[in-house]
Amino acid sequence: MIRVQHDDFDVGAEVKVLSAGRTDIGAIVTFTGTVRGEAGGHALRSMTLEHYPGMTEAELSRIEAEAHTRWPLQATLVVHRIGELLPGDNIVLVVAASAHRHAAFEAASFLMDFLKSKAPFWKKETGLDGAGRWVDARDADETALARWQQA
Amino acid sequence: MTTPATAPLRIVYFAWVRERIGHAEETVAPPPHVVTVADLVAWLAARDDASAHALARPEVIRTAIDQRHVRQDAVIAGAREIAFFPPVTGG
Repeated sequence: MIRVQHDDFDVGAEVKVLSAGRTDIGAIVTFTGTVRGEAGGHALRSMTLEHYPGMTEAELSRIEAEAHTRWPLQATLVVHRIGELLPGDNIVLVVAASAHRHAAFEAASFLMDFLKSKAPFWKKETGLDGAGRWVDARDADETALARWQQA
Repeated sequence: MTTPATAPLRIVYFAWVRERIGHAEETVAPPPHVVTVADLVAWLAARDDASAHALARPEVIRTAIDQRHVRQDAVIAGAREIAFFPPVTGG
């Protein structure tokens, strides 16, 4: 399942909903991305997440569907926040549930790597002086994809 | 009177591309020689200073046609909506 929302999420509550009444799940991996209080040695006041409504959901759904073709997954969840966030706030949640841990770990990692390089979100940092700066994409995010494209 | 070779096309911009262009969306009617995404970027950039500034470095502009990522050599015929944006930075 995919959700894009302004509101915060509760990791425990999301896992509870995802696994409620199920006995076919043996492993649940969660990843939570949060806002750091500094960037490049400068303190941050806030981080604003912009996205491409429609394509964001379409792209996340394609990434999720691809994960299900690669691993035997019982359930997956991706929640991504948009709007203005403060240091320490949650940004993104990925949950992967499988019968065994290997698939759950791999799928969670795959979902994050693809989300970071394909899902149309953009971060703008605001410093303590009020100046805004768009975050540059990292080459490492692109490199991380290569791992999944082999074999 | 000639018939435009290309139907009106909705263009949307995001992040610093949007800020530099000065608006989030517009409708354009490119001439027939605009065939690929790269052609469209060059045609848009030639219109005014803001567009030229936003699209000055095509190698850092990413494109989606009808909400799917495409490369700069993709053909735009049949597209309803084309988006231009910087490399994504979510997660």
